[in-house]
Amino acid sequence: MTADDLPLKKTPLNAAHRKLGGKMVPFVGWEMPLQFSGVVAEHMAVRTAAGLFDVSHMGEIIVTGSEAQTFLQRISSNNVAKLVPGKIQYAGLLYPEGTLVDDLLIYCFDEDRYFTVVNAANYDKDCEFMREHADACVGVDCATERYAQIALQGPLAVEILRPLTSVDIDEMKYYRFVEGEVDGAPAIVSRTGYTGEDGFEIYTAPENAEPLWFKLIEAGEPHGLVPCGLAARDTLRLEAKLLLYGNDMDETTTVLEADLGKYLKFKKPLDFHGKELLLRQKKEGVERKLVGFEMVDRAIARHGYTVFVGGRQFGTVGSGSYAPFLKKNIGLTYLPIEATEVGTEFEIEVRGKRQRARVVETPFYKRER
Amino acid sequence: MYPKDLRYTKDHEWIRMDGDEGTVGITHYAQEALGDIVFIELPEQDDSFDAGDVIGSIESVKAVSDILIPVGGTVTAANSALEDAPETINADPYGEGWICRIDVRDDGELEDLMDAAQYQEFLKEVEE
Repeated sequence: MTADDLPLKKTPLNAAHRKLGGKMVPFVGWEMPLQFSGVVAEHMAVRTAAGLFDVSHMGEIIVTGSEAQTFLQRISSNNVAKLVPGKIQYAGLLYPEGTLVDDLLIYCFDEDRYFTVVNAANYDKDCEFMREHADACVGVDCATERYAQIALQGPLAVEILRPLTSVDIDEMKYYRFVEGEVDGAPAIVSRTGYTGEDGFEIYTAPENAEPLWFKLIEAGEPHGLVPCGLAARDTLRLEAKLLLYGNDMDETTTVLEADLGKYLKFKKPLDFHGKELLLRQKKEGVERKLVGFEMVDRAIARHGYTVFVGGRQFGTVGSGSYAPFLKKNIGLTYLPIEATEVGTEFEIEVRGKRQRARVVETPFYKRER
Repeated sequence: MYPKDLRYTKDHEWIRMDGDEGTVGITHYAQEALGDIVFIELPEQDDSFDAGDVIGSIESVKAVSDILIPVGGTVTAANSALEDAPETINADPYGEGWICRIDVRDDGELEDLMDAAQYQEFLKEVEE
């Protein structure tokens, strides 16, 4: 029996998606909605009003114990000691060699209790990794089945959520979270997201998911809220230059190569995976780096298309797409360090024909604050 | 949904004849399956093709699809308005969303295509 034979996993919102006309597709072993009203309409709704996403496929791993912080310090790139209860940080999860296992969010409940959120595609890998590297007094609780997750994203997210929750979301800063109630049910509400807009991610027990989803749809409709699928999730995150593990980084990349140096803290009090290698890489400089690009010629560059620098092949495109808000064709790819300056032109082979691209500043899109 | 005056291909293109001139586009089924169309590569005027040749491509956010010419002929015009507004194909696949006009070489080839009723039957099978 191969992975292809196994039936697709369903989130608690599967029936809800079908009811709203979601086009269901397989995605890393889950049946997820690709789109509802269309990727462009959904993308624009999130940029101008609000969109609702089922992200229950994401994995949650709870790390506990007196050594929990020490453990997380060892395996993550960021400085976990900077977290206080209610604060969240983004980090790379690191192999002992210093390359990336995954990227993740770490929510601090307490000094001895952390809630980590990982990519659906890497959940099993991350669980195994954490269990392998945790010693006996660190609790690693792989808890994805216990959490449904809904993301409400867009400039009107606050308006829509405010009447439905006991949590003071107006006071909530970005990358903070609170435990409270949403639609009368216990939930974790964080001011986080993967779209580049203001918004919230709501974690709740699976049985609360469907009523909450429809309540949000109903509350949001007058504001222009629409349900959104994976296609819009991808175009939104790309415009905001948020990386996708598997496309833009993998087990061979370091945080420095992935241009995530902001989330690498050498000054943390303890030793961590790959510290030596990463220090050396920081000192000597990386040989390749992830950059954002825009197509110069009329073509769309997509994941996997071959990249040419000075006529020589150099890997393949990480992520690439038409960007619905910017109305441009953009993408992310690794280039040799000498070619990473903004304005540098290179080529991408699009269905047999070489098309010109140019390195640009990122993020491609930044919301007004 | 499937105008009766058109003929259809298995790849979901349509052709409308006006004397020897044919107008070519993709069907409602095709535009819906593709989703929001964001890019089109049009053939050029005076390009000559045989039936079934790839004459261009249409891209949605998630997919790329070749456009195959229903019958052999020479391109007399391409709908360049689509380059800046490819979504027109979604909105009006049989009208403003026309892709190109061709001078049909041999209108006998039209017999190999499906009429509206046949195409609808064909779609039922495709959907199974």
